[in-house]
Amino acid sequence: MSAVGSQNSPAAKSLRAYARWRWWELALLAALPLSWLLLPGQSLLLNEIAIVALFAVSLDLILGYAGIVSLGHAAFFGFGSYAAALFAKNVMPDPLVGLVVATAASALLGLVTSVLILRGSDLTRLMVTLGVASILYELANKLDWLTGGADGLQGVVMGPLTIPFAPIAGFAFDLAGRVAYAYTIVVLIVVLLIARRLVHSPFGASLQALRDNRLRAASIGLSVPLRLVAVYTIAGGVAGAAGGLLAQTTGFSSLDVFDFHRSAEVMLVLVVGGTGYLYGGIFGAIVFKLLHDVISAWTPQYWNFWLGLFLVVLVLVGRERFVRPWTWFGRRHAP
Amino acid sequence: MTTVLETRSLVKRFGGLAATNDISLVVERGARHALIGPNGAGKTTLINLLTGVLEPTSGTILLDGDDITTLASHLRVRRGVVRTFQINQLFNTLTPLSSLALAVSVHQGTSTRFWRPLGGDAAVAAACDDLLTRFRLADVMNQEVHSLAYGKRRLLEIALALACRPRVLLLDEPVAGVPQGERQEIFETINALPDDVSILLIEHDMDLVFNFAKTVTVLVNGAVFAEGDVETISNDPRVKAVYLGEDDAVGAHA
Repeated sequence: MSAVGSQNSPAAKSLRAYARWRWWELALLAALPLSWLLLPGQSLLLNEIAIVALFAVSLDLILGYAGIVSLGHAAFFGFGSYAAALFAKNVMPDPLVGLVVATAASALLGLVTSVLILRGSDLTRLMVTLGVASILYELANKLDWLTGGADGLQGVVMGPLTIPFAPIAGFAFDLAGRVAYAYTIVVLIVVLLIARRLVHSPFGASLQALRDNRLRAASIGLSVPLRLVAVYTIAGGVAGAAGGLLAQTTGFSSLDVFDFHRSAEVMLVLVVGGTGYLYGGIFGAIVFKLLHDVISAWTPQYWNFWLGLFLVVLVLVGRERFVRPWTWFGRRHAP
Repeated sequence: MTTVLETRSLVKRFGGLAATNDISLVVERGARHALIGPNGAGKTTLINLLTGVLEPTSGTILLDGDDITTLASHLRVRRGVVRTFQINQLFNTLTPLSSLALAVSVHQGTSTRFWRPLGGDAAVAAACDDLLTRFRLADVMNQEVHSLAYGKRRLLEIALALACRPRVLLLDEPVAGVPQGERQEIFETINALPDDVSILLIEHDMDLVFNFAKTVTVLVNGAVFAEGDVETISNDPRVKAVYLGEDDAVGAHA
């Protein structure tokens, strides 16, 4: 078959369609910078949402695509956070260099700890990931000469945000979080674009394949362990970038970034938004944080009750139906 | 004839049970070799040993004369030893097209690409078109695999193996659960494979076996019970005795 003929074959067309941009993807990417323009007073909250979204995108890469369950993803988030804070404090205050360092450090942590998730069942993976995060939490607590211990690393002063190779002055981080949010959005969009290419590539397809059936993945010639190591390393780096952004834009890093509630929250965020399509973390983070904001403003003490109720309803109704209220009272068809 | 795949005194024990008991088997280049035997004879265990899903207790496996006894499962596939499964092992949330495109990419050495789309290679699409047409999957190529009818999934099971460009193809009951009328069609596709592809077939349907195979090995209780050409085996009274009264049970085997 000629190369020209096969370009228009049914398989070639369908394969191209798999990777085509959907309208809502473009709308979402456009909405991110628009939110910066249209909601100038909300930058601090939006920045927090975007960081959680980035963190959840990272979890989606391992959980949604490769099927690796983790209850300790905060290990990478926290590691990136401390790496960025320590780098700014002890080496140099440039945010971009610091972000690269935080990403690389957490990717390295992902590479090293990936051997722990290769064997065993989902239950062992839950325990092992939880264990790694707990170990790092205690290390950050005990090594107080380095990390500040329980007080956290305070007084991290960031330099201005410069645009590489541009002959203009940098932007200093402001109290309203305008620069911070712009910074986070740009990182989030860049990561999304890279991750999107990744999941539509043969490598991305191989992750979904081994998630669905490891036995068959090996039987078509894929090295399952190598692929798991690769995606765990990448996801570690992305989570580290999210943690690094948090440290840089808030100016401190504390034990909280390693805490179990971080790992649990990012899992909830992803479950709310949906796994395995890359954008679930973003929708989940928006819904989760807005719910948190609205409910805790209304009834600060009982916010967990309403969150719990929301999750129960979401799971019972199913996400597909939940976002389509018009189907709630129709007949349910068997799948 | 040259030997492609060979086992020497292969043994696999599960506790006290020898599921594979001292099997020495030779698969020639271009073989149409059938492996038959009653339920529990150790046919699937042998395939699992050949493909590296299980590790033998003792004995060796040779591919083109090289010892592959401890070679990782996926590396055997890359060397051309490919199998299908008795019970479908598919990528349920992928489509038939993306499953095949992935398998083809692996064997073109492009599956580690992370910066180009899955369909970025014209050769991949061409190979997928060919497989989808041959296995009559073209009309369902964009549906998720779990939503396909059983017959289509069974075809995909075999198509996925062929996407790996096998040199030795191990077919573990390829038509299990396929209606009688469609079995012949699947076998025609298998028969149409190039002559130099060696095929080792596990099958219970004796008509299919005797039509397809040139060599037959009979396994009983994990050991080779009889071996020979189709003529010899089909007339062997001992083989008939092994199968006697089991004809009904054979069809129900899952």
